[in-house]
Amino acid sequence: MTETRYSPLHQVHVDAGASFTDFAGWQMPVSYGSDLGEHHAVRTAAGIFDISHMAEIRIDGPDSAAYLDYALAGRLSVLDHLQAKYTLLLDEQGGVIDDLIVYRGAEGNSFLVVANAGNRLPVVLALQERAAGFKVAVADESDLVSLIAVQGPVSRPIVEKVLGLDLSELKYYRGVETTYRDQKCFVARTGYTGEDGYEIYVGQYNATALWNDLVEAGEPHGLIPAGLAARDTLRLEAGMPLYGHELGLETLPVQAGLDRVVVLAKEGDFVGRAAIEAGPVPGARVLVGLTAEGRRAGRAGYGLYSGDELVGEITSGALSPTLGHPIAMAYVDPAVAEPGTTIDIDVRGSRIPATVVALPFYKREKQ
Amino acid sequence: MADPTTLQYTAEHEWVLIEGDIATIGITAFAADKLGDVVFVDLPGEGSLVTEGSVVGEVESTKSVGELFAPVAGTVTEANDAVLADPSLVNSDPFGAGWLIKVTYSELPPLISYANYQDLVGE
Repeated sequence: MTETRYSPLHQVHVDAGASFTDFAGWQMPVSYGSDLGEHHAVRTAAGIFDISHMAEIRIDGPDSAAYLDYALAGRLSVLDHLQAKYTLLLDEQGGVIDDLIVYRGAEGNSFLVVANAGNRLPVVLALQERAAGFKVAVADESDLVSLIAVQGPVSRPIVEKVLGLDLSELKYYRGVETTYRDQKCFVARTGYTGEDGYEIYVGQYNATALWNDLVEAGEPHGLIPAGLAARDTLRLEAGMPLYGHELGLETLPVQAGLDRVVVLAKEGDFVGRAAIEAGPVPGARVLVGLTAEGRRAGRAGYGLYSGDELVGEITSGALSPTLGHPIAMAYVDPAVAEPGTTIDIDVRGSRIPATVVALPFYKREKQ
Repeated sequence: MADPTTLQYTAEHEWVLIEGDIATIGITAFAADKLGDVVFVDLPGEGSLVTEGSVVGEVESTKSVGELFAPVAGTVTEANDAVLADPSLVNSDPFGAGWLIKVTYSELPPLISYANYQDLVGE
């Protein structure tokens, strides 16, 4: 058992009355009172999330672009400065070590790789190992950097006011470098909720001040602090995979519907290429969405049946707060993966019919 | 709302109010808080026979499922329709409007006092 870790914002959450949960060894806020209220706030106004547990790894050096094309599944060398990309770190067998966001810095060869808290060590180790032969430096900056997400339709004026920026021209998956309290700060239009919003990377000593400024500026707009419970239902509605649930070492990207993220067309080898080209074994399960009626939700680990035959397993599931009915992501046999197919969820001994649907469950209206 | 200090408790985070031969059963504020926002409650119907310690219902939040155990053996005389219609009552008033079932019983098993329950949940 490793030592429990605390966000630099821990005291802020305690003062706000948060309840906490262990997440990948971190004590993180699970809710500040009502996870449903927090969920709805993000869909209709805005929520502020502490995601300082995420890992940030800086890649720099003359070979950084070529190195990332080799180390990761995507083509990162084509990123513009201040552009972000969702990508995967694969092992030699094509399994997913982690899913990542990679940002290219404002100038030069600097990139920032953002990994899940629970995968910090394997990601850092793999990135360091793969650096052999490349002129790059791999630096784990996770302990220096705090990450605050402001998500929801009214996020922009809140972030603009606090940081003194005009973000009207900032496109989705693009970022801007700025300063907060005379320290470097990076704002990206990214997120994990299915809403418009921003993720702000700030030095850990300024995290509390930034959080408080955002909460104060956001209150008139309906912004409230939101915890990991709301974050999970939000990302589930948006059909976004969660590592350890929809992604893992045993899963090839194509099974998770992430084949578009793996760029086989890029020149040169990359780790996992041979396995990806060979493809999964015939009949390998694939990720689908499921919806059901009523209010009893299928949850992670519940079996899926077609008649008496076990045809799959739920990886994430909940009663959708936005849609009002149960939703789930599940791995199923290809024979039952077609949208419109009906299968049964075994909800603690009783069968509940569910329909296979295309992901996501929820898509925001583009403004 | 019942006075929590006068109720009896179980290690499964349920409270029991004894009035004559009727036991009213609910889950504690501690349990409701741990579950998060309750979105679905499944309760046994009126007339159901329940045995002590058996699972007789479910209390689901967005993030998890809690099972309802019968703290006493007996017959269900009433399930709280208000909670079935509005499960959030379990969060907003766990010791009052958020009660779950009433059971007639003939024998009362050993239950936990308020003070000992507070010790159990570390409060």
